[in-house]
Amino acid sequence: MAAVQETIDQVKSIDVTEYKYGFVTEIEMDKPAKGLTEDTVRYISARKNEPEWMLEWRLDAFRRWKTMTEPNWSRVNYPPINYQDIYYYAAPKSGASPKSLDEIDPAILETYKKLGIPLREQEILAGVAPENRVAVDAVFDSVSVVTTFKKELAEAGVIFCSISDAIQEHPELVRKYLATVVPVTDNYFATLNCAVFTDGSFVYIPKGVRCPMELSTYFRINEQNTGQFERTLIIADEGSYVSYLEGCTAPKRDENQLHAAVVELIALDDAEIKYSTVQNWYPGDAEGKGGIYNFVTKRGDCRGKNSKISWTQVETGSAITWKYPSCILRGDGSRGEFYSIAVSTGAQQVDSGTKMLHLGKNTTSKIIAKGIAAGKSDSTYRGMVSAHRKATGARNFTNCDSLLIGDQCGAHTIPYIEAKTATAVFEHEATTSKIGEDQLFYCQQRGLSEEEAVALIVNGFVKEVLQQLPMEFAVEAQKLITISLEGSVG
Amino acid sequence: MAIVTPLKTAAEQVLGTQFANVKAELPGAPSVRKLREDAFAGFEAKGLPHRRLESWRYTDLRALLREARPLADTANVTPAVQARLAALKLEGVRLVLVDGIFAADLSTLEGLPEGVTIQPLTEALVSTREDLTSILSGPSVADSDTGLMLNTALMRDGVFIEIAEGTELDAPIAIVSLASGEDERAIFHRSVVRAAKGVKATIVEISEGVGSVASQINGAIVFENGDESDVQHVRIVTGHVAGTVQVLSTLATVGAHAKFESFALVCKAATLRQQHFVRYAGEHTEVGLRGVNLLGGQEHSDVTLVVDHAVPHGTSRELFKTIIGGEGTGVFQGKVIVRPHAQKTDGGMTSNALLLDDGASMFNKPELEIFADDVVCGHGATVAQIDGEQLFYLMARGLPRPQAEALVLQAFAGTAVEFIVDESLRELVMSEVEAWLSEREASSVVSTI
Repeated sequence: MAAVQETIDQVKSIDVTEYKYGFVTEIEMDKPAKGLTEDTVRYISARKNEPEWMLEWRLDAFRRWKTMTEPNWSRVNYPPINYQDIYYYAAPKSGASPKSLDEIDPAILETYKKLGIPLREQEILAGVAPENRVAVDAVFDSVSVVTTFKKELAEAGVIFCSISDAIQEHPELVRKYLATVVPVTDNYFATLNCAVFTDGSFVYIPKGVRCPMELSTYFRINEQNTGQFERTLIIADEGSYVSYLEGCTAPKRDENQLHAAVVELIALDDAEIKYSTVQNWYPGDAEGKGGIYNFVTKRGDCRGKNSKISWTQVETGSAITWKYPSCILRGDGSRGEFYSIAVSTGAQQVDSGTKMLHLGKNTTSKIIAKGIAAGKSDSTYRGMVSAHRKATGARNFTNCDSLLIGDQCGAHTIPYIEAKTATAVFEHEATTSKIGEDQLFYCQQRGLSEEEAVALIVNGFVKEVLQQLPMEFAVEAQKLITISLEGSVG
Repeated sequence: MAIVTPLKTAAEQVLGTQFANVKAELPGAPSVRKLREDAFAGFEAKGLPHRRLESWRYTDLRALLREARPLADTANVTPAVQARLAALKLEGVRLVLVDGIFAADLSTLEGLPEGVTIQPLTEALVSTREDLTSILSGPSVADSDTGLMLNTALMRDGVFIEIAEGTELDAPIAIVSLASGEDERAIFHRSVVRAAKGVKATIVEISEGVGSVASQINGAIVFENGDESDVQHVRIVTGHVAGTVQVLSTLATVGAHAKFESFALVCKAATLRQQHFVRYAGEHTEVGLRGVNLLGGQEHSDVTLVVDHAVPHGTSRELFKTIIGGEGTGVFQGKVIVRPHAQKTDGGMTSNALLLDDGASMFNKPELEIFADDVVCGHGATVAQIDGEQLFYLMARGLPRPQAEALVLQAFAGTAVEFIVDESLRELVMSEVEAWLSEREASSVVSTI
C-alpha cells in the first residue's frame, strides 16, 4: 500500500541528507603507508606490541586472504574495492595507551561528547541512576581510546577491555577462543579482518556472574581513506549473563570507507549473551556518493547446554550493509534469537539477515525481521534456518515483513529453510502488506481515527523488536526510528 | 575475479557429441535451427546445472546425470506401453507420446472439437510461421535456465495444440507421455498449447514410466494463453523406476483478465525437477500453481517456480503440499517477482511439508522480489511432523495408527487437490493419492517419529 504522509515525513527525518554525525575531528594521526602487504600486517602487529604467535596468526590469515576471491552472491552493487588504496591503521598520535582520561587528546573527548557518549565515569554517575550505568569502550579509528568502569567490573571478575589489551594481559583466553566461532578462512572479509584487525572489545564473564552493568562499545571512523577492522570477542562462562551494546558513526565524506568487522560470541552452559547494535554509519548522500561499506561477520556459538544468544539490531546507516548475525545452536536446549529493524533510504543497499544452525537436540530459535525501504534503496532479508540430522526437536519461528515507500525502491526476501530431521518444526512467514483491515476496523469502531488506529497498531508492532533493546539503547533507537511500520503487521 | 571454467563432465561431453551428430536431422525450420544452436551454445558455456547455481541448489543435475543416455529417436511401443494405455482411465481426446515421440496410431483424436487444431511438434517446427520461435521461447525469466536450454536444443517431438478464439471445451485434452523403459534412453519432448482469446480448456499431462529401465527425461510444455482465457493444467507424474531423472518445465504467458491454474501430483517419480516460469502479459489476471508431492524411499522432488508480475493488478497463489517418508527429499523454491509499476499485485505462496521418517529432508526457499510499493505479498513455509493431537483424536476413536495417519495425510494433501475444477480429474488425482496412502498403510508403516 502507499505509505501515509506521517510515515514519509518520519523516514525523511532520518534520510541520508539529515545525517547528524557527519562532522570531522581535526586531529593528528599516525598512519602507515596506504596499501596492504605483509609489511602492513607486521606494522600493525608491532604497533600493538603483539606477541609472536599473534603476528604469525595474522600473517597466516593474510596469506590465505590473498588466495581468496571477494564474494558476489549478495544483492548489492558497488565498484570494485581497491584494497591497496586504504590505510589499514590510523591512531591518534597523542592518544596511544593513555593512563587516564586527562592524557587523551581533548579533541577526541570533544568528539565523543558531541556524539553523546559519556566517557567520564563521574558524568555518567551524575547523569543516570546507578543501576543504569553503562561501561563504554570507545574505539576511534584503529585504537581503543578508553574503557570505563574497568575497576568496578574487575571486582565482579568481569574482564572488559580492548582486544589489544586482552592479547597482552589474557593471552590464554584469547588463544583459546579467538577464531573458534568465525574460522580464519570463513569468508573473504573475515579473513581480511584476521590479518589487519586493529582494535575492538574483549569481554569475559566468569562462571555464575551476572555482569553488573551494560557493556558497550562505541565505534567512530574519523580519518579519511581508512578502513576500520574491529574485532570483538565475548565469552560468557557457565551460568553467566551479559548484555552488550554497540554503536557506530562516521563523518560525511565523498569516498566510500570499508568497515569489515568480526564479532564472535561464545556462550557456555546456561550462559546468556544479549548483543544489541544501533548501526548508524554514514550512509552516503542521496545519490549514493560516499558512505561506509559495512561488511561484517557476526556469529554466536551456543556452545553449552541451555545457553542463549540474542541479537538485536537497528540498522539505519551504511551505504552498503552485508551482515548476517548468526547463531550456532550446538548445545542441547540452546536458544538463538534475532530481532532486526533495517531502514534504508537514499541509495542505501541492505543485504542482511541471520542464520540459525540447529545442531543440538531441542534447540529453539526465533527470527523477527522488519525492513523498510524508501528512496532508491534496496533492502534484502536473507536468512537460513537449518536443522542437522541429529538436531531432534528443533523449533524455529521466523517472521519477516517489509514496507516499501515510493516506487523506486525494492524489498526482497530470500529465506532458506532446511530440515534434515523429521522432528523439526519450522514455521516461516513473510509479508509485504497493509495493516489488517479487521484490526483497523476494531480500533476505529471504538472511536479512534484511522491515523490513531494505525499509530496504535504500529506502535505495538514495533515494540516487538525495540523492547529487546536495553533501556539506554531503546531511547536512541526510538529517536533514530520513530517510524510507523504500518504495512507489516505480522 | 578469476573466471573458473570447469572441466566438462562425461555426460556434458557426450551431450556435445550427440548434439553435433543429430542437429542436422532434428526437425526445424532455419529459425528453429538457430534457436537450437543458440540454446546449445548457452548450455555448453554453463554446463549441466549444479548445486552452486542458486536456482539448482538442491538438485545437482551434474551429479545426477553421471552419464548421458542415447537419444530416443523412435517410439518403442512395447506390450507394457499398450497395456498401460488400455488401462488408462481417461476419456476424450488423448495424445500419446512414447519416448517423447508422437504416436498417431495410439492417440485418440476422435471427437476433436471444432476450433482445436493438433499437430505433431515435428510438423509445427518445420512450418514457416513467423511467430514460431517466440512461441517456443516462453517467458524471458526462463531464458537463463540451462535445463531448459538443453530441451530447446534437443527437443524432438511433442504436440502443438492451437485452440481458436472463443472455443470452450467440455472435456479435457490429455497428453500422455510414456517412457518405455526397455533400454537406456534420453527423452527430449516439448508440447505447445496456444489458447486464443476467451478459450476455456483443460489440459491433462501425464508422465509415466512403464518399463524397468530408468530413463532420462527432459520435457517442457509451453502455454500461451490469450486475454480472457481460462486454462487448467493438471499434471500427474508417476510410475518411474528408481534412477529415472526427469526435468519438466512449464512455461506460461498469460494475457489480461485471464485465469491459469496448474496442478501437479507427484508420486513414485524417482528424481524429478519441475520448474514453472509464469509471466503476466496482461492486467487483472489470476494464476494458481499448486501441487502435491508424495515421496518415499530415496525419491527426490524439486518444485521451482518463478512468477513474474510484469504488469499491475495480477493475483498469484501458490500452494504445495509435500509428504516425505523414508529418505526422501522435498524441495520447494518459489520466487515471486513484482516489477516496478506492477502495483496492486496480490501474491500468496505457501509450502507445507510433513516429514514422516527420520531420514526425510525438506528444503524450502520461498523468495519475494518486490519493486512496487502498493502490493500485498506474503509467503509461508512450514516443516513439521504429523500433529500428535490429531492422531490421538482419531486413535481414541478406535482407528489403528496406520489408518489414522493415512486419514490425516489425505486431508493434508486434499486441501491442494480441491483446487482442480474438473471433477473427474479431481477424483482421478485423489484416487492416486489414496492408492499411495493405502499402499503405505497396507505395509503397516507408521511414521518413525
